[in-house]
Amino acid sequence: MNNYGWGLPIRASSFAGQIDFGILLIHAAMALIFVLWGVFFAYLLVRYRRRAGTPAQREEHHASSQGGFWANNAGELKSLMPDVLVMLFEIALIVFYAFPVWRSIKMSPPDPKDADVVVEVTAEQFAWDVRYPGPDGKFGRAKPELVHFSNPLGLDRTDPAAADDIFVANELHLPVGKKTLIRLRSKDVVHDFFVPEFRLKQDAVPGLEIPMWVVPTRIGHYELACAQLCGFGHSLMRGDVYVESPEDFQKWLASRAALKPAPPSASNNSGGF
Amino acid sequence: MSQSHADSHGHGHAQSFLRRYVFSVDHKVIGLQYLFASMFFLLSGFALMMLMRWQLAFPGQAIPFFGRLFPADLAPNGVMSGEFYNALGAMHGTIMIFLGIVPMGVAAFGNYVLPLQIGAPDMAFPRLNMASFWLFLPGGALMLGSFFLPGGAAQSGWTSYPPLSVINPGQTVWLLAMVLLITSSLLGSINFLVTTANLRAPGMSLMRMPVFVWGEVVASVLLLLAFPPLEGAAILQLMDRVAHTSFYMPKDLVILGSHYAGSGGGQPLLWQHLFWFLAHPEVYVLVLPPMGIVAEIIANNTRKPLHGYTTMVLSMLSIGVMSLIVWAHHMFISGMSPALSNFFLVTTMIISVPSVALMTCLVFSLKGASIRYSVPMLFALGFIPLFAIGGLTGLPLGLTVTDIYLHDTYYVIGHFHFVVVTGSVIALFGGVYHWFPKWFGRKMNDTLGQIHFWGSVICMVGIFLPMLPMGLAGASRRLYDPTAQMHNLIVQPLNVVSTMFTYGLALFQIPFLWNFFHSIFRGEKTVENPWQATTLEWACPSPPPHGNFEKTPRVYRDPYEYSAPGRKTDYWPQNEPA
Ligand code: HEM
Ligand SMILES: [Cu+2]
Ligand SMILES: [Cu+2]
Repeated sequence: MNNYGWGLPIRASSFAGQIDFGILLIHAAMALIFVLWGVFFAYLLVRYRRRAGTPAQREEHHASSQGGFWANNAGELKSLMPDVLVMLFEIALIVFYAFPVWRSIKMSPPDPKDADVVVEVTAEQFAWDVRYPGPDGKFGRAKPELVHFSNPLGLDRTDPAAADDIFVANELHLPVGKKTLIRLRSKDVVHDFFVPEFRLKQDAVPGLEIPMWVVPTRIGHYELACAQLCGFGHSLMRGDVYVESPEDFQKWLASRAALKPAPPSASNNSGGF
Repeated sequence: MSQSHADSHGHGHAQSFLRRYVFSVDHKVIGLQYLFASMFFLLSGFALMMLMRWQLAFPGQAIPFFGRLFPADLAPNGVMSGEFYNALGAMHGTIMIFLGIVPMGVAAFGNYVLPLQIGAPDMAFPRLNMASFWLFLPGGALMLGSFFLPGGAAQSGWTSYPPLSVINPGQTVWLLAMVLLITSSLLGSINFLVTTANLRAPGMSLMRMPVFVWGEVVASVLLLLAFPPLEGAAILQLMDRVAHTSFYMPKDLVILGSHYAGSGGGQPLLWQHLFWFLAHPEVYVLVLPPMGIVAEIIANNTRKPLHGYTTMVLSMLSIGVMSLIVWAHHMFISGMSPALSNFFLVTTMIISVPSVALMTCLVFSLKGASIRYSVPMLFALGFIPLFAIGGLTGLPLGLTVTDIYLHDTYYVIGHFHFVVVTGSVIALFGGVYHWFPKWFGRKMNDTLGQIHFWGSVICMVGIFLPMLPMGLAGASRRLYDPTAQMHNLIVQPLNVVSTMFTYGLALFQIPFLWNFFHSIFRGEKTVENPWQATTLEWACPSPPPHGNFEKTPRVYRDPYEYSAPGRKTDYWPQNEPA
């Protein structure tokens, strides 16, 4: 993989560019602020070093009786100009960048009906359980009592909707250019779904199902890393993301669907809800 | 006179060693107790990090020299295990913050310097003060000692997010120790507030108080308001662990293949909110007293009044208020409602305004100065640009969109270490050099001080600067083995650089430690006011006797009357009659 380097990784999602724009813009502003202040600071250090016969000069404050607030504090207020500039920059960033982009990335997950692909990703110590709904487009029932190491999600295979669900461990396949809705869950502790190339990061919290979306824009092989401390095996908790052409993706799905799921480990338990 | 003060404190001069140096109620002794204890804890936290840095730079290789000393379950064949790494990481963070920087900045300097600067004979509640230290020390000992208890030290990060923290070993002791530490800090912060409110010398109006006192006051208010929720939250977590309640544990957890027995129905995010409600203000507790120290040193060594005293005070106060409503900027991608993030984005940007104002005032204070490059001044000046890096790198983390990518990467680690190490630690070092003559009546050696300054600053930048590009490349924090994830491989050499500078930093602390302890006994003797300073702590003998001032000082003017026109000397002490 040539996805990574000394700067930001390659961009492989529709919003990666928007995020990078902010990162680069802010760093340019930071560098500018730092250099301007740095030069001024260095100048002050040299210019006002102690020299025999040159005492320090105090800034003169005017008696408060004349001139009004502005005139009396002119020096102090003038020195706050850089602060005002930084503030204006921040306001612009918030209003024109952060609010709208945040809204589109994090606040507007597509309705399952409108998504091209819906996939459920469940984090556990220390693996990613990935489930596609299968041909019927429905996620079947899962029960925590059925969890077994051969059935990590506790799928109830007696439920017809669950029978065709496609399960893969540590592999996420996505079609390029399609809007994918990912439902993020966790079985045990807090984990974090992080694909650097997508610039997508989201905590997986047990008890919550968090929707997020991505449109991959580039065919390739990426890394899905856990980015939230989840125990001794945290650094080993990784998976692979394969972004494929829609045809390859369909082929892959079909090949998985052909594999008969393991026989239900607790089919006698079929009473259900 | 001092005799009668001592008597009024209920004990005369014939005190046993124990009453005088161990269970003392004198704010100066307690201040020094805090100083030595927190120095010890800072060094311990640093030692833990030196072990971790080895693993980060050379994952899977045996730790040289020390590796074999650890029991086989922590470090089989001298190679650190994942559990051990996580324990070291959690304890590094916990110790540095709760046992190192806060006790040193707030309690050590606060105890020694604050009463002197306001002209008080002692703290308002001397016994409470002693109680505070004697809760702190066992709390710290328990925390550090947890490495040797069955189950070992906590390994869920200093943030202790449940459910991990509820199921991981070691956490019970962490929580118990936190309860002791929080209680100690509550007693201390009440004491600082009451002392400042009631024991100011006549004439010491609020706007004549040195900036350091203001820093302490705001830090104390924050500790007082923000710590109790965490104490409550910690007790709830303790209950989840020992009584199997489910405050933070949702229904139907499946842990390592088995169904969790607790009843469920709890909410992991509840802890995160309660935790950050303290832990964000805590950042300002880590920073405001050191910033006050920097202001003191700068005023004294520029030989002119600070630029914008009023702005600085108002900034500190508004930071105090705002810091209570920014906490969830640590939780933008935690799974809380993303709409809520917008609110915390706005408050976070608002709080940056007074922070920039504070820095602006410090820089403008240099204008027109006659800068005396003393050792404390080097540290104070070093603070300004390096702390600024910490502040600037906070910008992309406080902005929701860019935080999606940067959250929990090494960029965060770099950012806040620029704040707390090249910021707080540097300022605290400066404070030690500045007030050492007051504490011990002797001076520290200048040459060693300069070596210490340059060596430390260069190494600190060498440690933390590489973390910024690492984070931009996507390297996550808290990774026991960074090379296990492909996207970290290219920047892995930066980990080696960072580790080398860490060991360099350790070497440069040797001249400091030698200088410090040697000077206590052998340093050059000094006078009452060696820096020709204006604030009240320099108007009593070095070290001050019990009761501090021979007679209660009277305050006639602002704290930094340097180079006043028409005077023979370039400083005009606050207590000198016109
Ligand atoms: C000067 C020496 C220091 C070095 C070399 C250092 C280095 C590090 C590194 C590399 C990490 C990341 C570990 C990981 O993510 O696995 C870390 C974490 C941390 N450090 Fe430091 N640090 C130093 C001083 C401090 C100080 C003075 C503080 C005090 C406030 C501090 C507070 C923390 C905290 C809170 C964490 C997060 C721990 C966690 O992940 O739970 N460090 N440090
Ligand atoms: Cu993890
Ligand atoms: Cu914060």
